[in-house]
This record gives sequence, structure tokens and C-alpha cells, in this order.
Amino acid sequence: MNSPLHVREFEKRRSEASPLVRFMGVQKSYDGTVLVVKGLDLDVTRGEFLTLLGPSGSGKTTCLMMLAGFELPTAGEILLDGRPISRLPPNRRGIGVVFQNYALFPHMTVAENVAFPLSVRRMSRDVIATHVRRALDMVQLKGFDQRKPAQLSGGQQQRVAVARALVFEPELVLMDEPLGALDKQLREQMQLEIKHLQQRVGVTLVYVTHDQAEALTMSDRIAVFDRGEVQQLATPTELYEAPRNAFVAGFIGENNRLPGTVISADGEWCTVKLEDGPVVEAVRVGEHGPGDGVILSLRPERISPLADAGRHANRFPAIVEELIYLGDHLRVRVSGVGRSDLVMKIPNQAGDLALRVGSSVHCGWRREDVRALKDDPR
Amino acid sequence: MTSQAAILGGADLSGALRVRKPLRARLGPALLVAPLLAFLVVGYVLPILGVLWRSVDNTEFRTELPRTVKALASFDGGDLPPESAYEALHQDLVDAQNARSVGIVARRLNLVTTGYRSLILSTAAKAQAMRPPYREAFAAADPRWGETAIWVSLRRLSRPVVPDFLLVAIDLEESENGIRHVDPDRAIYLDVLWRTFEISLLVCGLCLVLGAPLAFLIAAKPRWSNVLLTFVLLPFWMSLLARTAAWVALLQSQGLVNKALLELGLIAQPLALMFNRAGVLIAMTHILLPYMVLPLYASMRAVPIELVRAGISLGASPLTVLSRVYLPLILPGITAGAMLVMILALGYYITPALVGGTQDQMLSYFVAFNASQVLNWGLASALAVLLLLVLALLFALYRLLARVAGPVPA
Repeated sequence: MNSPLHVREFEKRRSEASPLVRFMGVQKSYDGTVLVVKGLDLDVTRGEFLTLLGPSGSGKTTCLMMLAGFELPTAGEILLDGRPISRLPPNRRGIGVVFQNYALFPHMTVAENVAFPLSVRRMSRDVIATHVRRALDMVQLKGFDQRKPAQLSGGQQQRVAVARALVFEPELVLMDEPLGALDKQLREQMQLEIKHLQQRVGVTLVYVTHDQAEALTMSDRIAVFDRGEVQQLATPTELYEAPRNAFVAGFIGENNRLPGTVISADGEWCTVKLEDGPVVEAVRVGEHGPGDGVILSLRPERISPLADAGRHANRFPAIVEELIYLGDHLRVRVSGVGRSDLVMKIPNQAGDLALRVGSSVHCGWRREDVRALKDDPR
Repeated sequence: MTSQAAILGGADLSGALRVRKPLRARLGPALLVAPLLAFLVVGYVLPILGVLWRSVDNTEFRTELPRTVKALASFDGGDLPPESAYEALHQDLVDAQNARSVGIVARRLNLVTTGYRSLILSTAAKAQAMRPPYREAFAAADPRWGETAIWVSLRRLSRPVVPDFLLVAIDLEESENGIRHVDPDRAIYLDVLWRTFEISLLVCGLCLVLGAPLAFLIAAKPRWSNVLLTFVLLPFWMSLLARTAAWVALLQSQGLVNKALLELGLIAQPLALMFNRAGVLIAMTHILLPYMVLPLYASMRAVPIELVRAGISLGASPLTVLSRVYLPLILPGITAGAMLVMILALGYYITPALVGGTQDQMLSYFVAFNASQVLNWGLASALAVLLLLVLALLFALYRLLARVAGPVPA
């Protein structure tokens, strides 16, 4: 408080510039032999919505629990606001947590649940009442304050949990698959609600999910986890458009995987010979050269049929094997480029595409849309 | 729309939906439990009713002295009864003497006032030779026949139902001026009742203090729960008597516990662990512990660890989470366990009898003592009724508490 102005100014700038959370070489092993988290380095920027995305067992929830304080890192350190927190008990970290099954206290009313973090901070009755009312308004649960959690629907319980995690105004909120138990429609609605809430409040949010669509919908940045490591940390657009490896390409969105061998590589482009002959031009991702095995990743919606195909660098004849009508788009499985499982998505625009099972088409794609990724060692 | 229609047509609908099941289908479930029901009625309900009846029953006495009962119907106890009463009693005593059942009368009267046994027996022996007027003849046989006290007692016992055993069970008695406290030197049963309660409460508390951490460990560490649960259940598979006998071997002054402590140099003199309250508490707590651990375990397992974590993440200290989240949620388990232990402990008999001293005997001991040693079945029944009543009250309290707390959905 009494430090000179320039020092305070410096401190302020430092804290604005520095990440809110920093994982430094964090490792975790439960049994002393298998590392669930392998040397994690990750920064969480102030005010961002960061999602830890990955299949189950990829270590994402463990990371969240280490940040919340319920698990101790085996090695490494976590900094919160520049301070190491490994020795700080979870109740003194001031982090709001929303658990998978809401973890509402069943013996308390909605209002008592939301008031809990305030009452343990010994706030006055009036202040608590005001905050609780505001928090319940915020999640659109006005008038539900005297209900017990068992009298609420899943979505309403979820909102109470969110209100409870936000009501004490933490800088950081963690959510562990909070929408997992809701049905699809409600889940999509809650995704947007949580995202808008986060933007309005300006809180930093670390979110764990295994649902890539959810991650793409909500996040500012996504850290894709697999086997205890971050495979790629990027914005949703970058993850989808420029996956760094085959795992990310496969996990985020749909993609056709075409194995092949590099013929020539030059800067950001390369030429790849597919297993069954055709030669494809592609974006070169990572260090690989002639003779290396690669996987070509190609999004189904980037393959275009018929007349359009003529403009593209990669163009091949194919035969329609299967047509699935999905309302807004057609899903077409064709055989071509030596494979029978090439999938393309065609937007359902006015006019018959005149595609029939068995009809032959030309399909093509731009070389920017196919990425040659180093073959996954798995 | 649909719900509205259902509400509007509710009465009709429920009537229309009530399908009449055939008689056989309705009897089916009843037949399945019929053997058990019959067993319970014969083996449980009827004996209990019998005990209830026995605590006030006086038929035996009335059958032995039928004429006296009739003659004393108009007797008010103010003065000596009329000659007709003496004559009736004379005839009854002669009959009873001949039927060799006069002992029943003597014993019953003796339970009211000590000394009446010999009075009745000696009078009955002389009755055959008595000649009218009987009032003088009786007075000659024993001067007590010339006093009102014995007649008041006879008058009281001529009623079909007598409350005196029930009164004695709570240290009261009937007197000329209504119901009063018995002499302090004869008042024991309220003390015994209080002692029974005290021991049960202490055992209950000990079980809770010792059992709660164990139950928590079993609930929190699923990997150990099988082994630990087996250890908890182990005592169930051993007879109560064997376990109590084992405690005798452990606790006596030359027992294992004392020897070990002496060897370790922790004590210089053997501790008195047997024939006192300590022994009773140790043995009873050990035997009743599973009844506390199991309900606690069940209620603790129903509390997800996320609730505790949520409480902590919201800024509460572990102690606050314990008192505001965890304890309220396992309260049903605590009350259920405490009820079980209390109910079982209140009726304990063998364990205090074997490891306790004279000052540690519980109500059941006096039931058994009166039933098998003194052969005073009336008092034994009355004490049993008292015990039953205490349990019923306790159960009512439990139900009340459970209703106030409300059902806690897991």
C-alpha cells in the first residue's frame, strides 16, 4: 500500500501482462509408474475462456483438479497470479468450481446453496441477500430461491451451480464437464448461456469437456489433450483449419485420413503419393521430407463435386457409394483415390445435384485444404 | 392441455383406472408372508400381550378365594369386615388347604406386605379346626386378623386387575390415601431405569465416537472397504456369550489387558476393568459397534465426494464443511445407528451380568431376576412393560426427529 507510485504501477502492469494461471512442467502420477499428466506447460490468460478438450483419460480433469487444489502435482508448479499455489489449500485459492454432477448441497435451498460461499466468508446478512438475489437473476432463476435442488430440473440445477461458483466473484472459475448430464438441446442452450455469462462478468474460465463441438462453440482457446500432453493449444478456427497433428485433425471435426508417402517437399507445400497411386498436392505440416509416411487430412465439406472440381489442383474421378440426406446437407460416400470411404458433405442448396448411388462424379479440392501431417506413431 | 384434462377428469379417471384384481391375485402376496406372519404372532405378539396382561392380571388370586372376593365387594376398608367375610375366607382357606393351593394366595399376599405368607399359611393350617364365630377364631389364630390392614390388602387383591406391580416398577405403591412413593430404602427401579439409560447412552456415544471414523474410512476407501467391513461384521458371527466370555478373559485383573500393561510398565497395579462400569461399557461398546458402523457407512457412502470438494472450493474450511455439509447429510445414518444401539443396549442383560458389578445391572437383569429367582412374574412383567414403554417413547422421538429433519435426497 505504501509502496511508491511507480512500483505500484509496475506491479499493476506486471499483473495485467502476466498470465493468471501458469502450469510449469506439471506432472502427475497416481501410482508412481504411469504419468497421467506429462510435463504440462500452459498459460491461462486473464479473462479468457480456455477449454481443456480431450478423450477420457487424457489428463484434462486431473489438470483441473490440480488447479482447484484437490490433487497435488507430482512434479512442477502451478502459479496463480504469479504465486506458487501447491501448498495453498483449496479453500484458500478463491477459485470457483462447477462440478460434473453440480454438487449442490441437497439439504439446503437454492438460496442457501448460493449463499454458502458468502456466509463462510462471514459477510453480513444483508450483503449476502443482495448478492444471492443478483446471482440468481444472472442465471435466470428468480423466484426459485426457496426450492431444494431435488425440486429443480437438471438445467436449473446447473444454473444454481454456476451462480454459486460466481457469487463470491472469483477471478477464476473452473468447470468440469458441467453439461454432461443434460440432453442435447438443453446442453446447446446452456453452452451459449455460460459463454455469454463469462463474457459479461469478465471472469477467467477454464472448462473441461470431451465434446469437441462444445469446445468449439464456447472457447476463446482450446487445449487439446491426449495421453497426458497438450497436442495443440489454439483458437477454435486455427484448430479446425490448421491442426498440427493427426490426433487433433481427427478429434476436432470430421476428416478423411488418407495415408501416403511424400514425394517432394518444398517450404509450405509438398506432393504426396497416396497408397493406391494418385498424387496429391498438400500443405506441409511439420518437418517431413521425401520418403516419409504422412497422413493427409481432408475435411469432408472441402471436397466439391462435379463442375466445381475443375478449378482445383487436386481432381479425381469417383463413384457415389452412399447418399445420406441430412436436411441441411448431403453426406456422400464415394470411392476414389484408391479408397472407398471418402466422405464429402455437400450443402443442400436449391437444385438437384443429380447424384445417385453408382453415378460417377469428379471430386476435387484445393491444395490449401489438405494437410499432410506426420504419420501418427500410434 | 393434457395435464389440465387429467386434473379435470381426475375423479372419474382414477375410478376408471382402478382395475379389480381377482381375489387370488390379491391373496397371493398375503399368502407369501403368511407363514412368517403366523410365526411372528405366535412367537412374538402373543407372548408380548401375555406379558402386558401378566403385569396387571389377578385372576389366579380371585379363583383361589372366590367367596372372599364376593364378600369383600361391599367392604370399604374403614373398619373390620362383617362376620360373613370371615366366614367366606374361612371356607376359601379350607378349600385351598385341601387343594394344596393355599401357597399361591400366601405368596401373592406376601408380595404386598412381607410377613403375610406365614400369616396365611398358619391360619390356613388352623382353619379346619375353626368354629364360628370366625372373627374371634381368626383373631385367636393371629392378632393381625383383628386389624384392618390385612383386609384392605385382601380387598385390593380381590379386584380383577391390580396395578401394584406396575406401580412398584416405578417405585410407587397404593395406600389408604391414594398412590404414594415407596420408602426410599425400597425404591430401586427408577434408579435402575436411569442407570440403564445412562449406560445405553454412554455406549451409544462411545460407538459413535469410535465408529464414525471407521465408517468414514470404509466409505472413502473402496479398496479397503471389503476387508474392513469383514472385520466389522466378524463379531456378528460369534455368539454373544462367547464374545462376553472373551472379554472376561481379557479384562480380569490377571487378564491379558492388565498383564500387557503391567509388562509394559504403564501401570503398577492391575486396573479394575471387571465387575464395574468400565467393563460393562467396554464389552457392550465392542458388541454393539457394528450396529452403529453399518448405518453410518451406508449414509456416508451416499454422500458424493464432490459435495465435500464443492464446499471446500467455495472457501469453507474442512471443519465448516464437516459441520454444515457432511454432518447434516449423514444425520439420518447417525440417528438410525444411535437408535439401533440404544434399543439394543437398553435391553442388555448377559454382558452386564457377566462383566458388571452389582451397581451395573440393567433393567433386563431385574426382569430376569424377578422371573427366575423370586418367581414374581407380575413384577417381572411390569418391569418388561416399563422397558417396552421406554423403547416406544424413544422410537416415537426418533420418528419425530426424522420428520423434523425431513427426508434428505441423496
